[in-house]
Amino acid sequence: MTPQEVRLQPFPPAGLPDPYCPEPAVIRSIETETPGVATFRLELQNASRQRMYRYQPGQFNMLFIFGVGEVPISISSTPGEQAGIDHTVRFVGTVTRVMERLRPGDVLGLRGPYGTGWPLEQARGQDVLIVAGGLGLAPLRPVIQTLLARRSQYRRLLLLYGSRQPMDLLYQREYAGWVQQGLELMVTVDRADQSWNGRVGVVPALLSRVSFDPTQTIAFTCGPEVMIRFTVYELLARRLSPERIYLSIERNMQCGVGLCGRCQLGPYFVCKDGPVFAFNRIGRFIRPEHF
Amino acid sequence: MPMSGGVPPIGQAVVLNKTDLGAIIEQLWQAGYTVIGPTIAQGAIVFDEVHRLDQLPIGWTDEQEGGTYRLKRRDDKAYFGYAVGPHSWKKYLFPPRLSLFSLQKTQDGFHVQQNQEPVPRYAFLGIRSCDLHAIEIQDRTFLYGPHVDSHYQARREGVFIIAVNCSKAAPTCFCTSMQTGPKVERGFDLALTELSESFVVEVATPRGADLLTGLPYREATGEDLGAAARVVRDTASSMKRHMDTYDLPELLYNNLEHPRWDDVAKRCLSCTNCTMVCPTCFCHCIEEVPDLDGQRAERIRLWDSCFNPAHSYMAGGMIRSDIRARYRQWLTHKLASWIDQYGVSGCVGCGRCITWCPVAIDITEEVAAIRSDADKRTKEGSP
Repeated sequence: MTPQEVRLQPFPPAGLPDPYCPEPAVIRSIETETPGVATFRLELQNASRQRMYRYQPGQFNMLFIFGVGEVPISISSTPGEQAGIDHTVRFVGTVTRVMERLRPGDVLGLRGPYGTGWPLEQARGQDVLIVAGGLGLAPLRPVIQTLLARRSQYRRLLLLYGSRQPMDLLYQREYAGWVQQGLELMVTVDRADQSWNGRVGVVPALLSRVSFDPTQTIAFTCGPEVMIRFTVYELLARRLSPERIYLSIERNMQCGVGLCGRCQLGPYFVCKDGPVFAFNRIGRFIRPEHF
Repeated sequence: MPMSGGVPPIGQAVVLNKTDLGAIIEQLWQAGYTVIGPTIAQGAIVFDEVHRLDQLPIGWTDEQEGGTYRLKRRDDKAYFGYAVGPHSWKKYLFPPRLSLFSLQKTQDGFHVQQNQEPVPRYAFLGIRSCDLHAIEIQDRTFLYGPHVDSHYQARREGVFIIAVNCSKAAPTCFCTSMQTGPKVERGFDLALTELSESFVVEVATPRGADLLTGLPYREATGEDLGAAARVVRDTASSMKRHMDTYDLPELLYNNLEHPRWDDVAKRCLSCTNCTMVCPTCFCHCIEEVPDLDGQRAERIRLWDSCFNPAHSYMAGGMIRSDIRARYRQWLTHKLASWIDQYGVSGCVGCGRCITWCPVAIDITEEVAAIRSDADKRTKEGSP
């Protein structure tokens, strides 16, 4: 090869799989969680592909409805816990509104898992502070379950969780078990109703009610972006260092594999560099509004 | 010293009569290539299939400025005496609308059917250094990340490249600032430098050499090489626009709330022209197009733009809801975050975004405005 012919790198091997291609997956069960939200348990139709399927807490899949399109949904089940792959979905967009009409046994498409997971290794030996809002509990549920399954490896496990109304609280049937296994749980709602005897107020405000040692704590947060912002600012004010604060954020994603360019946040593609980021990496880019 | 007839030595330059380019085009078609080159359509020099020499814009040039593009007759018969037009080569490697595959409903779900249509094998004739760099930049997006875009790869892999050293810079060009030209340096099979009566041809690959075999070329003399070098040197020194790229990512990241973004937002129409003519912009959307009976659906990939409101739309609203946010995204991506993502700037200095902006927004001017103000503030001691 002459110098003029030199390429940056050789081309990748030919015949690599099409990254946009979904695989058929069967809906094993659908559990209604709250009004307009349900958890779909999926299994890849191809049994050996399903056996080989591995994921990390915090990763997501692209779910596909024939003739409609795709949508990124985080995985809300726990690796190794069961055969299926859970996705907690709010019926709010073009694709998810069609999902609302599906029934167990129906087939949809799946590709993934994509993105980064929560840094569970780094949480070992630490207090773990989980702050979630609304549907933001879904990608943290596998974190809670994984930590509780290895409870002795961590110090305090705290979950601060809130939603708009009491009826929007996710996974309520699981709270008692979590607490029993050693999770400290604080729940709040933005607006109470007659059924509610608990706390009222936004999630970040709960932080003022807990004490933690900033040198031995790691925080995971997910929820509406405004909630994440206030949570992070409160944690920083409480002297938790930015590299101990992890957040999972949401952006428009169409490919899931860092090609379509839509999920960019500064230097990052949220789909492949995230969705879980340490705040020290992302703070600079999440602070300016609308960036 | 005639060398005509044999295989020219690779890595050397030969001299060829200009009209022999016609034989090269013909041979490429015969070898199964679809030859794409510059041609005139609707008052602009655009890329299209080229079968014969007389389809090239011989004797034409372009006049460009911010928001302005006009064709004009030259007073000579130069083959490549113009700068870049509204098209870039990305429309062949990363087509504006591409059917990726189709899906067929079956009894137990669906079945994916990969597109069976053969992918054309392209020969790009007359590609400039800026555009060659642009292809290399898109390679980094589609080929060298953790996920390879097989559709891009299929088109990119076999491309035959006949590059041209620029003999004319438009007033909108600034490739010297971006270090992407005007001389082509790598990634081609043949590179032409146009002299008044002949081409000096650099032969880079065996298949490039094969193409010249049998043609009446001669070895380039020192004088030929000197003349060719002068062409690029003159082009470089005639470059009118410049961009100071020093520490550009930090400059922009430190000025995400700069008032200049409000200023440019008042002028920008968010029309997406800059992203459509940009040879490196790669944002796209994916659409599902079902047949009327709902049994079959096609997965389509379409060019998209960060200037489209839907680009950042999620259930609940847009991240970049105003033009200020969209222009800031485009400019900071192109000049700053692109470097974080791919190790190179996303700008090759081709100037298309300046020429084809309907309100003549100039990327070099926007950067300069932010820089001069940042410099001023540093001098005044308030960071």
